[in-house]
Amino acid sequence: MSLWVDKHRPKSLDKLDYHDGLTQQLQRVAASGDFPHLLVYGPSGAGKKTRIVALLRELYGPGVEKLKVDLRQFVTPSNRKLEVSIVSSNYHIELTPSDVGSYDRVIVTDLIKEIAQTQQVDSSAKRPFKVVILNEADGLTREAQAALRRTMEKYMANLRVILCTESTSKIIAPIRSRCLLVRVAAPEVDEMRKVIYKVCKKEGMTIPEAFATRLAEAANGNLRRAILMLEAARIQQYPFEDNQEIAITDWERVIKDMAMDILGEQSPARLMKVRGTFYELLSHCIPPDIILKYLAFELMKNVDGQIKLEIVQAAAQFEHRLRMGNKAIFHLEAFVARFMSVYKAYLMEIGMA
Amino acid sequence: MRYLCRSYEDFFKPSKSGRSKSSSKPREPPIRPWIEKYRPKDMNDISSQEEVVAVLKKTLESQNLPHLLFYGPPGTGKTSTILALARELYGPELIKDRVLELNASDERGIDVIRAKVKNFARTTVSGSANGYPSPPYKIIILDEADSMTQDAQSALRRTMETYSNITRFCLICNYISRIIQPLASRCAKFRFKPLDTTSTKQRIEEICRNESVNCPPETVDHLVRVSEGDMRRSIMLLQSAYRLYQSEPITKDAMSEIAGVVPEPLIDKLMAVWQSKNIAHIESTVNQVIKAGYSGAQLMSQLHDRVISDAHLSSIQKSKMAQTLGQVDKALGDGASEHLQLLRLLVAAY
Repeated sequence: MSLWVDKHRPKSLDKLDYHDGLTQQLQRVAASGDFPHLLVYGPSGAGKKTRIVALLRELYGPGVEKLKVDLRQFVTPSNRKLEVSIVSSNYHIELTPSDVGSYDRVIVTDLIKEIAQTQQVDSSAKRPFKVVILNEADGLTREAQAALRRTMEKYMANLRVILCTESTSKIIAPIRSRCLLVRVAAPEVDEMRKVIYKVCKKEGMTIPEAFATRLAEAANGNLRRAILMLEAARIQQYPFEDNQEIAITDWERVIKDMAMDILGEQSPARLMKVRGTFYELLSHCIPPDIILKYLAFELMKNVDGQIKLEIVQAAAQFEHRLRMGNKAIFHLEAFVARFMSVYKAYLMEIGMA
Repeated sequence: MRYLCRSYEDFFKPSKSGRSKSSSKPREPPIRPWIEKYRPKDMNDISSQEEVVAVLKKTLESQNLPHLLFYGPPGTGKTSTILALARELYGPELIKDRVLELNASDERGIDVIRAKVKNFARTTVSGSANGYPSPPYKIIILDEADSMTQDAQSALRRTMETYSNITRFCLICNYISRIIQPLASRCAKFRFKPLDTTSTKQRIEEICRNESVNCPPETVDHLVRVSEGDMRRSIMLLQSAYRLYQSEPITKDAMSEIAGVVPEPLIDKLMAVWQSKNIAHIESTVNQVIKAGYSGAQLMSQLHDRVISDAHLSSIQKSKMAQTLGQVDKALGDGASEHLQLLRLLVAAY
């Protein structure tokens, strides 16, 4: 049994639920014989991947759904062996080059060029080109992107690239100028509610309007999350009630509690305790940047005006350092320590007054 | 059972088409992207780089080409110029033997410079093509040379000098500061400036006529503005727009959306909350912008334009804002979270 998120994922372009204008444009692009490189960007859970898969189906027919997973080996110039898992069908190949970190350039030069230089052999194929999907394109190093730029031009006859990314800030300008930019915005609350109703109907459930609205709002523009929460709520209690509690994931609860701890007392002893929690979160593979972001927004909910400004500045500063540095715990702790000092100073000030 | 049938069909498909191949119609010619189709064919075709073209023509006459270093922003015709030059020198046949093009997608470590480039540089050539000057040297084009490693660049130094009687190098890059000094001093440098609006506009209008694109004049103006002197970008955008809208007229807003430009009203709103210094407003607006998924880097550059041209801000305020913009842009380039960085920008004191 698959998750609802996968089960109810629209498979073709005409079944997509929102962004009708965009869908129409994609249909037109697919219908015209000539197809550009795409750069699909938007926040997570907005439906980038769903649209890409639907577009591929429109291009090649149902054949693209027969997927196989391979492990490919590469040898870097410095004789290191790398392994990358590749999802492919007869018509497309999907990979996440940032999995191998700074060696992604090897993949771009070797693998993509290899695909680019072989012509589509299957004569029953509808299109003369293959598609390469690069996930998390913002994780590509500069060298890899530089290697990609000429490849994209030179092998235009055999190859189209679809880059999928959350932010285009890290994509170099020459690549951006070679692609058709496709922005997938997060769905509005109304649009999400419609999807929630639809999923409920398919599963043969009824859902009160107030609860659907609350789910859609809690998901904060992330449809995947909304449906996951819906499924979790179904397990918790059915039939749904208007004021049913929305289940949040464990790590979110842990961070929420941590925020309360920090607000409750500002002392070295409390910092010690928080550190323990940080280690626990990290050992459960929660990415440090998500921890920091979530914590910052939790803290911001509970403090007022003036102090918020300082927290935003600190959070932005430490999040940036986190990206640059190697060891996450320093920056997470530094952020908490900074918050404690700012908050304590503020409390003392109003205490005196 | 059904599955079996399907695979059975699949099994026969290739052989069937294989047999009928000789009788079937030839594959339609591959559709070429417009940037390749409209690449300048000869030196006279290159828009808006008069000085460079004039100097190169002079050197063509004297048949003595120096090593070349082309630099300038993307889409200004660097690669096109050297390709056109090579074509004029050697003609379409000889060009295959005489020109070696290496770009960043090729392996260009120090080993390649030592082996491949040196071997090619070493060979002497003779013979000529009818009607072309075909001078007795070869050209090695190193495209995107700024992404070559320092070591590879230094390996090139001696090679360039040793074989200078039979080989000319042409280095192409965006940032001249990334080319090591010894290499730069061995080359004649040519700076390619961003294209001026009139020549870009002419070109776009010409393409519109040839491809019968329905692009009203004000959209052309807008297109030229958003592409900021980058010819490739403007042609790509035009073609993308054509793919999406076919024969329908292309509006200005549609062009902005394709170019990934943030709509002006949204920028207005951001500027307004920035100046209001109201944290609640800032939070909700930023949330909205992030959900819409606009590119952070693009936001920065548009906000920057707005700040600089704002008449109500004092110079001190502008410089403080610009400073924060710079910091945020750097952080975004390093991959920091767009949400936090945008918040930080808008709450920063100025």
